[in-house]
Amino acid sequence: MTSTPGTTPAQADQIQPDPSSIPIAISDTLVVARRNLTRLLRVPDSLVFGILQSVMFVLLFSLVFGGAIEVPGGSYVEFLMGGIFVQTVAFSSATTTIAMAEDLQRGIIDRFRSLPMSRGAVLAGRTVSDLGFSAITVAAMAITGLIVGWRTHSSFIEVVAAFALLFLFSYAFLWIGAVIGMSAKSPEVAQTAGLIWLFPLTFLSNAFVPTESMPEWLQPIAEWNPISSVVLAVRTLFGNLPEGYSAGDSFPMQYPIFMSIVWCVVLLAIFIPLGISRYRQAASR
Amino acid sequence: MSAILAEDLVKVYSSRSGEVRALDGVSLEVEKGTVLGLLGPNGAGKTTAVRVLTTLLKPDSGRASVEGMDVVKQAGDVRRAIGLSGQYAAVDEYLTGRENLIMIGRLYHFNSAHAAARAEQLLERFDLTEAADRPSKGYSGGMRRRLDLAGALVAQPPVLFLDEPTTGLDPRSRVDLWDVIAELVRDGTTLLLTTQYLEEADKLADKIAVVDHGKVIARGTSDELKSQVGGERLDLSVGSQDEIAAAAETLEALTGYEPVVEHHTRQLSVPAEGGAQTLIEAIRALDDTDVTVLDVALRRPTLDDVFLAITGKTAADETEEATQS
Repeated sequence: MTSTPGTTPAQADQIQPDPSSIPIAISDTLVVARRNLTRLLRVPDSLVFGILQSVMFVLLFSLVFGGAIEVPGGSYVEFLMGGIFVQTVAFSSATTTIAMAEDLQRGIIDRFRSLPMSRGAVLAGRTVSDLGFSAITVAAMAITGLIVGWRTHSSFIEVVAAFALLFLFSYAFLWIGAVIGMSAKSPEVAQTAGLIWLFPLTFLSNAFVPTESMPEWLQPIAEWNPISSVVLAVRTLFGNLPEGYSAGDSFPMQYPIFMSIVWCVVLLAIFIPLGISRYRQAASR
Repeated sequence: MSAILAEDLVKVYSSRSGEVRALDGVSLEVEKGTVLGLLGPNGAGKTTAVRVLTTLLKPDSGRASVEGMDVVKQAGDVRRAIGLSGQYAAVDEYLTGRENLIMIGRLYHFNSAHAAARAEQLLERFDLTEAADRPSKGYSGGMRRRLDLAGALVAQPPVLFLDEPTTGLDPRSRVDLWDVIAELVRDGTTLLLTTQYLEEADKLADKIAVVDHGKVIARGTSDELKSQVGGERLDLSVGSQDEIAAAAETLEALTGYEPVVEHHTRQLSVPAEGGAQTLIEAIRALDDTDVTVLDVALRRPTLDDVFLAITGKTAADETEEATQS
């Protein structure tokens, strides 16, 4: 990045930026993210289906369950939105899994690995561009939610904080998705592997039902599930908790915002180094 | 100083069916500005060798250096000195040719003007200007390979690795790509090329190393290898199974070599040192013995012939073994 516009290729060869330096890592990440976004716009199917799926979830849950499930002192639609937001954002990590597995299979990762670029940039670029994708689906859900009657009952700053927390959570899960993608034997395997862990994780939580309705032995598991903390934190920040709602007595349910941040930081601290180490050893198939 | 040096490289993969010694003590040396052809069947270890030399894979033991830099300890420096174009054209199919090259330039940390200028140069050089702004998904196989090769050349690396650059291409595109590669070599680039085709190694390489089961089993110039095989070969097929024995006897008497016989296709193959003269004499002699000759051809030796001469097995047998193990 230090060369001037007039440099000839021969001169540029002598410039040897350190690929482990922060500015180079950021620049490489942006180059990779831009490549991914260009792809996304050129093949908009996944974008279109991502938006449709989010809209469909909100409509189905609110119209089908909305009338059947009564939430004392609140509305089910409002209660639900936090859960749908978190679930959809969690599931979008599967897209990352598949994309990584495809790049690996097509030899693109080999090409990147043979370049003198930052070792973390391919994964960082992938997760950053997929966070953009995630933001679009969140926007689609929010708009659909507003149409079917979802409202926030908190300050502007709290609403912003809720979305910020959603994106932090999304980013942590995208790294999990990336690590699974780097470990899958083929894109076909990645398709399943990217999704399967998400079902128990999202359903064993307070996303759709209060944990109190679960068998007693299951309650602590659900309450210590990171998804539950994030869902509860988002609901709290949106002001969408019904009056007198009891989330549970466990520590994560008492301090959901704090625990959400802790969970995200812990996940990132595990999965970023794991992903980079996978990338270093990656071999194309 | 040699541009590429490998000493006793070993890489073992463990799989469910046991250990595969992908590299079993490979040593190579490529002098600056020359071309080494790594010739061998599928599964011989060619790609593994390239992956080690291009820093993508760490060897279990042994040492290797590129331009004097250790591929493990100075991997980052090595990456700045090499270009790699793999077996499967690693271009992003949804990006245009130009976008692919600019992206690579940016990842070499060229500024955007420089990356764009370099992309333009390469597109022109590889005859891709017209297709430059179309997604590479629509390119022909040959165009994709050229784009991939262009990607390897973005930073004008002094050392280039091409892993089976023409596998899967039609003959016309293959010859075109050979011309492009030959031109690069004329400019002084050091090249390590892997191939399954003797003809390709013959055309492009100064020296050839034949690899099999992770070992270099022969090395030398193309002429040296060919003299082991015995120059051109005469292939013929006879009318019926009963005639094979008589035909084999006649050919052996004529050439002094025992023909290779494939019974189910009724084909015989024998070195023809006298070229066309041997062909004429063989047909005459077979005609005298009343053997029906269905098809006859004089051809240049292939990888199979080299393998047969060195190992007593055909490369196809080797490939089969490799895929079974």
